[in-house]
Amino acid sequence: MRWINTRPNKATQLALTLLPFVLLLIAYAAGSSLRLAENPNDKLLPGLAALGDALNRMALVPDPRTGENLFLADTLSSLGRLLAALGISTIAALITGMAVGMFPYVRSLFAPFIAVVSMVPPLALLPILFIVMGLGETSKIALIVIGVTPAMMRDITYRVMELPREQLTKAQTLGGSSWQIALRVVLPQTLPRLLTGLKLQLGPAWLFLIAAEAISSDSGLGYRIFLVRRYLSMDMIFTYVAWITILAVVMTFALDRLRIGLFPWSIERRDA
Amino acid sequence: MSEIVIDDVWKEYGDQIVLEKISLTIASRSFVALVGPSGCGKTTFLRLLLGEEAPTRGKITLDGRPLVAEPDADRGVVFQRYSVFPHLTVLGNVLLGREFQHSKFKARLMGAKRRVAIEEARRLIAEVGLAGTEDKFPAALSGGMQQRLALAQALIMRPKVLLLDEPFGALDPGIRAEIHELMKRLWHETKVTVVMVTHDMREAFTLATRVIAFERPRDRPEERERYGATLSRDIDIWPPRVAGAAINLDWDDLVFETEPGRDDPALALQPGD
Repeated sequence: MRWINTRPNKATQLALTLLPFVLLLIAYAAGSSLRLAENPNDKLLPGLAALGDALNRMALVPDPRTGENLFLADTLSSLGRLLAALGISTIAALITGMAVGMFPYVRSLFAPFIAVVSMVPPLALLPILFIVMGLGETSKIALIVIGVTPAMMRDITYRVMELPREQLTKAQTLGGSSWQIALRVVLPQTLPRLLTGLKLQLGPAWLFLIAAEAISSDSGLGYRIFLVRRYLSMDMIFTYVAWITILAVVMTFALDRLRIGLFPWSIERRDA
Repeated sequence: MSEIVIDDVWKEYGDQIVLEKISLTIASRSFVALVGPSGCGKTTFLRLLLGEEAPTRGKITLDGRPLVAEPDADRGVVFQRYSVFPHLTVLGNVLLGREFQHSKFKARLMGAKRRVAIEEARRLIAEVGLAGTEDKFPAALSGGMQQRLALAQALIMRPKVLLLDEPFGALDPGIRAEIHELMKRLWHETKVTVVMVTHDMREAFTLATRVIAFERPRDRPEERERYGATLSRDIDIWPPRVAGAAINLDWDDLVFETEPGRDDPALALQPGD
């Protein structure tokens, strides 16, 4: 039988899925114990127990100086920035993307502009944002918005423009106005793609968030990582990186479930 | 009434002439089939009637008034594909026209108006043989059922003209025969003039009151750009079919077979037909 036709059964599939994760853990534990055997004070690859200890220290014990739970406080302030920025981006991308996709006048006006603006490296703008907007929340949120909106916007525009011409004609022959067609034909078929686009932009959004927090902040997951880097606290850095990854994975999963729950037709055959 | 008058219409794309010197009067309540080889401009002609394209020269009037240069509710349409909305259920697809009509801003009906519209939509869904599928999405329907749905969706607006662009071309022969019966019945029952583009000569002669062939009179490669297609045959079906009259004879038997694989009327029809 050809390799392209052989498929794993359920149990094998699960085992294969878990394998890379397990291998990574084993490799880490092995590397860590090798280094620790050589030098018990090694900070580069702390043992799993040390990681657990760091998590415990950060997540469960209040900070002796402020009495705050740092882990929770960092998570909340990072998520607050991320969600505020993604909310703004999503709404802006949806409205502009649909307008550019639907109306030739708006397309002539904005499409080339958006294409050029999306080429500006957002991180290069960060100093400008700090100078203009100050070091507070605004500039961090603005960086994420600037970083992810153009891509989402163009994705929405493509989605609108790949709607079959026949559908738009049909809607017009049913008496629909531009507004009605936008509301009942274009918008519902764009929303699933918007959620997918949002999912794909989670990675860049985290990148910009951590970059902004690393440079100027007094709380947040990215801030903490770059703060403890000075003390070579690999135990805390690893814990935080793992936590950020888990947050991103959960958000991705939730967006997928949301899309399938809200738009059951979007997973069925598209050639209706 | 819904008489369409096409007066010396030309359609050009840049230097390319697609249609030339098309003059035609389509009587109210007739069922016109447009046939011809691929690329002879019959779909372009349908797009002119639909308002998706404007003629380069000449004019088209519907009931004496010039056609609006964009699609509107006077002209219903069923395409071969993508005629129904994948994100709406069968009922939602048929309701949509009424919702556009009666709810300008929200495009959604509520309460009593919605119940009336649902009642009407359900009758129409049953009429095209889709009763029981109201809550399904189009992706769960077969190709034939999707086209039935597209017909119901178009007819709820009571259009003056129904334009069909190879609507049954992708269907199996058995399904196609069934939907032909439906199409005949709908034409008799609703007050609609039908213009249908088809590749299928049998379909044209089975359904239509009048069959019109498009052809490029000059089709050598060097001539192709500067000479468009024009009307080459105009055949009134005899004995005449009258909208609203019962069908007494099955004229399928009298229709000649075309050569397999060829749908070119110029090959199939001899003068005097």
